[in-house]
Amino acid sequence: MKQASNNTPEAAAFAVTRSDGRQVRLELAGPLTYASLGPVWNACIHAVRRAQPKTLVIDARQVTTCDGAGIGFLSFLLARVKKKKFSAEIVGLRPELQAMLERFGQPSAPEPPAPPAGLGAIAALGKASAEFFADVHSQIAFFARILLTGARMAAHPWRFRWKDFFVIAELAGFRALEIVSLLGFLFGLIIAFSSAMPLRQFGVEIYVADLVAIALVRVLGPFITAVIVAGRTGSAYAAEIGTMKINNEIDALEVMNMDPVSFLVLPRVLAALLVTPLLTVMANLWGLIGSGLVIRSLGYPLVIYLSHVQSILSMTDVLVGLVKAVIFGGLVGMVGCLRGLQTQLGAGAVGIATTRAVVTAIILLVLTEGVFSVLLHFLEI
Amino acid sequence: MRKPIIQVDNLTCGYGDTLILEKVSFDVRQGEIFVILGGSGCGKSTLLRHLIGLQSPLTGTIRILGRDITAAEGNQRKQILSSFGVSFQGGALLGSMTAVENVMLPLREHTALPADAVGWIARQKLRLVGLQGYEDYKPAQLSGGMQKRTALARAMALDPQILFLDEPSAGLDPITAAQLDELILQLSQMMGITFVIVTHELQSIFALASRAILLEKNARGIIAEGNPNDLKNDQTNPAVWRFFNRMPAAASV
Repeated sequence: MKQASNNTPEAAAFAVTRSDGRQVRLELAGPLTYASLGPVWNACIHAVRRAQPKTLVIDARQVTTCDGAGIGFLSFLLARVKKKKFSAEIVGLRPELQAMLERFGQPSAPEPPAPPAGLGAIAALGKASAEFFADVHSQIAFFARILLTGARMAAHPWRFRWKDFFVIAELAGFRALEIVSLLGFLFGLIIAFSSAMPLRQFGVEIYVADLVAIALVRVLGPFITAVIVAGRTGSAYAAEIGTMKINNEIDALEVMNMDPVSFLVLPRVLAALLVTPLLTVMANLWGLIGSGLVIRSLGYPLVIYLSHVQSILSMTDVLVGLVKAVIFGGLVGMVGCLRGLQTQLGAGAVGIATTRAVVTAIILLVLTEGVFSVLLHFLEI
Repeated sequence: MRKPIIQVDNLTCGYGDTLILEKVSFDVRQGEIFVILGGSGCGKSTLLRHLIGLQSPLTGTIRILGRDITAAEGNQRKQILSSFGVSFQGGALLGSMTAVENVMLPLREHTALPADAVGWIARQKLRLVGLQGYEDYKPAQLSGGMQKRTALARAMALDPQILFLDEPSAGLDPITAAQLDELILQLSQMMGITFVIVTHELQSIFALASRAILLEKNARGIIAEGNPNDLKNDQTNPAVWRFFNRMPAAASV
């Protein structure tokens, strides 16, 4: 049995011969290197295994060179044979290669046993729900901590990091104006257009103005804005604080006796809380412009559109939307910071924290929106 | 004298308007342990980043095995890159993979070895740097010194001809550092690997270096070159004397 990986002179080759008494002789030839061993490794191991040796003699007289892969190969063979309790020896290996084998060829640690099988369905369900409630608990506790720290800070407003606050507010607010305006405009356009079609069948397409104005100002304006803030700003909070966490910067703050909540979280939450209603006003304005454009294209003069909007919208509607926006902004900022502070170890953890920040924020937004709808209905606001 | 494996010729490098190094020339010869020394901010790391092709010089050439890494592109660059391994200061291990997976990565990508072989060799390399038992830990679960040693194992996974080590023994305890020095010597003697090491550890320098260059910030270049044991006794240049004898700058010589 003689095999060579191919016919080039640089290839490794081996031959297995069996004499009686189950003594097997493995002849190796050529270079044993990273480049040459690829095709030969498994074939050679299989051939030796098939020969079922009692004693294995590895004849390395024709081995020309040997690098880390070759040393690895020889030690792999020896460890295999040893595991089967056969004896093996290497003959004819050049002395310097023999020395390398002795120094660098210690057997590797065995592969670890496979991890235990996953939890059963019920245990997994229990674990998941325990994690869920622990997470809800952490969010409520964090919320309380922010309120407490904020209240304490209100007594000493000069300690608040105003400079950070303004920088963050600019990034979260002013820099988001374009995207919020664009999305508000497109939403106004789309809602107006898609509701105009059915209403036209009844000849009352001018009521699109009332519909869009109420939907936009009370519900959609704050909600779209909050989703944008979650994607732009909440994720940025989580990534920034998460990176600080894995660089031990949060630990450094703690041991310098500075509370990360008042140092990092308060300015960020306050910024998100204040810019979200301002951005909402912008989204509302551009949404109304967008729907006005649709009404105009349906042939109504803008004066009629504006008088409809004015008569249907009250100050209460606008205020309801803005109050919601404040709460949404606070939630998004809080969740972003919380997920950032919860970042585990490693670079991948920052990505996970960011994802969790956005996902949790959006879930909380939807839940809060639901609570508001029910509440406002019963309070008849 | 053995033939040069790295030739740096009139290298000038900097960032923007700031020049860090000006007209630096030196050779690294095959099989030697070459140490780059210097105080903080003297451009050691910048020099290393140029040597391994991460940054392009303003002027000058860097030849590795006779090929200019500053001008190489595509396949030629790949060939040059495969001739050396780099162990970064902080380890630069991929955080999402375990120690052994980090070492397996170059083996998987650049050889045709079967999975068994890759795992075996990677574990052997980790054992060589004294990390048996930690193969399946994520980098974040390893100490700083262990991360450095994993990075060294990854750098030498493919037995490159040249190994660049950035501060290999900083942050290691004296025993581990001495073991690492011994390993470097053995690798250099038995496998003929050329080492280029950036370090401050005087003990390692005296134990290892066949030749050293000392960079200095104000000179923007090399102020001394030679065997560290000779440099230590050279009293002609006060800056060199202070460095090798751990004298504060204020002390007069």
